[in-house]
Amino acid sequence: MQTSAQNLTSRLANPTRFMSLSATALPWLGGIAAAFIAFGLYLAFFSAPPDYQQGQTVKIMFIHVPSAWLAMGIYLLVAISSFGLLVFRHPLADVSAKAAVPLGAAFTFLALITGALWGRPMWGAYWVWDARLTSVLILFFLYLGLMALRSSLDDEALASKLTAILALVGIVLLPIIKFSVEWWNTLHQPASVLRFGGPSIHASILVPLLVMAVGFVLAFTAMHLMAMRNEILRRRVKALTLAEVSRAGAGLPAGAKG
Amino acid sequence: MRAFFALLARDLNLAFREGSALGAALGFYLIVVAMLPLGLGPDMALLSRIAPGLLWLALLLSALLTLGRLFETDLEDGSLDVLATGSLPLEAVVVAKGLAHWLSTALPLTLLAPILGLMLNLEFAAYPPLLATMLVGTPAISFIGTIGAALTLRSRRGSLLIALLVLPLYIPTLIFGIGAIASLLGPGGSEPSLMILGAISLGAFVLGPIAAAAALRAQLG
Repeated sequence: MQTSAQNLTSRLANPTRFMSLSATALPWLGGIAAAFIAFGLYLAFFSAPPDYQQGQTVKIMFIHVPSAWLAMGIYLLVAISSFGLLVFRHPLADVSAKAAVPLGAAFTFLALITGALWGRPMWGAYWVWDARLTSVLILFFLYLGLMALRSSLDDEALASKLTAILALVGIVLLPIIKFSVEWWNTLHQPASVLRFGGPSIHASILVPLLVMAVGFVLAFTAMHLMAMRNEILRRRVKALTLAEVSRAGAGLPAGAKG
Repeated sequence: MRAFFALLARDLNLAFREGSALGAALGFYLIVVAMLPLGLGPDMALLSRIAPGLLWLALLLSALLTLGRLFETDLEDGSLDVLATGSLPLEAVVVAKGLAHWLSTALPLTLLAPILGLMLNLEFAAYPPLLATMLVGTPAISFIGTIGAALTLRSRRGSLLIALLVLPLYIPTLIFGIGAIASLLGPGGSEPSLMILGAISLGAFVLGPIAAAAALRAQLG
């Protein structure tokens, strides 16, 4: 299993092969993701009962929870990609990290916004200084920091390396930040799906939630592949333009250069 | 080891003889704390209650102000290249720089904090915990700061960027710094928060130089 996974990552190291493989996979991924999300939304709105306390606002959770899972999962992907860049110098690792960061920031933002919309009727406030909310907000800041650092450097190779270092520092500190705010103050409910002893949610809510989660993960994968393809194409265009410029420069007579 | 101490002594000499960075940081700390009652109102009871938090937060911001210069002057005059090619590993260079920053900036700011506490009507019993948490926690500020300073060395608008990168990483230090003061003042005077604060400082002491040295290598090489 491990060797086949290694083979896959090393075969994908060739960007051309990645481009052709992702081109075939993308329509399928996008289609299946759309089907899952459509089915999940159908279940959420027509089959899942309103919660006896939360009423219809529980439907927000079908967007909120998958977004929050992705917000954290994508940071892990960014960190793994950064590790792949710094240690193995995998040519696609940086493309993957660069493409994933804005998507991660978007899902984190989505989780924060849906949480605020849910919090207003449930907790009576759009925002409370609760541990979970605060640590997700900090995660959002980390994403913004990664984007800001990358955009502040003109040298792309250097920007990739430095952003990767910051991403790895962030993953080390993320648990510390999470636990520090957790001990500091807490209102957000603890995990109720991924926990020891099985989920504590009734199946009528859990099934649509899981369908939505699968749909969200597939949708993210499709968007991530698309963003990676765009990034590879952008780099090719840049390389071609540079080659063009240097060829034009070489073709000029010596006196015309100065 | 001799090279390490020579570098440390050189940086401390530069910091204290030039003095403008230290002066600016101390002045900033003073003026931020002086302006807080203007924004919050001169209610002495309120100020007394939130004084530890205000002093910690203002100290973080003042220390942040000085981080931008940590490697910049050495990059400008070329001594960073000399240090990178010298016998001392770059990680040790960063340790020396971080230590110099702590001794020349964080420590004076910590010593200023009790004086500013008088202005905020900090209760008398809170002075020893405040000083203890700041002494234990400020190394984390310096060593996490080396990461931010190294990452933004070559970037445009580095000094603005450094705040966005470093402040989120300062959050555990701030939370446990305040938490330790509260628990030391509380009944029983338990100090697990102070221990955790120490752990964060030690962790930053290890992680900061590794990450900062990697970032410097990427930019010098």
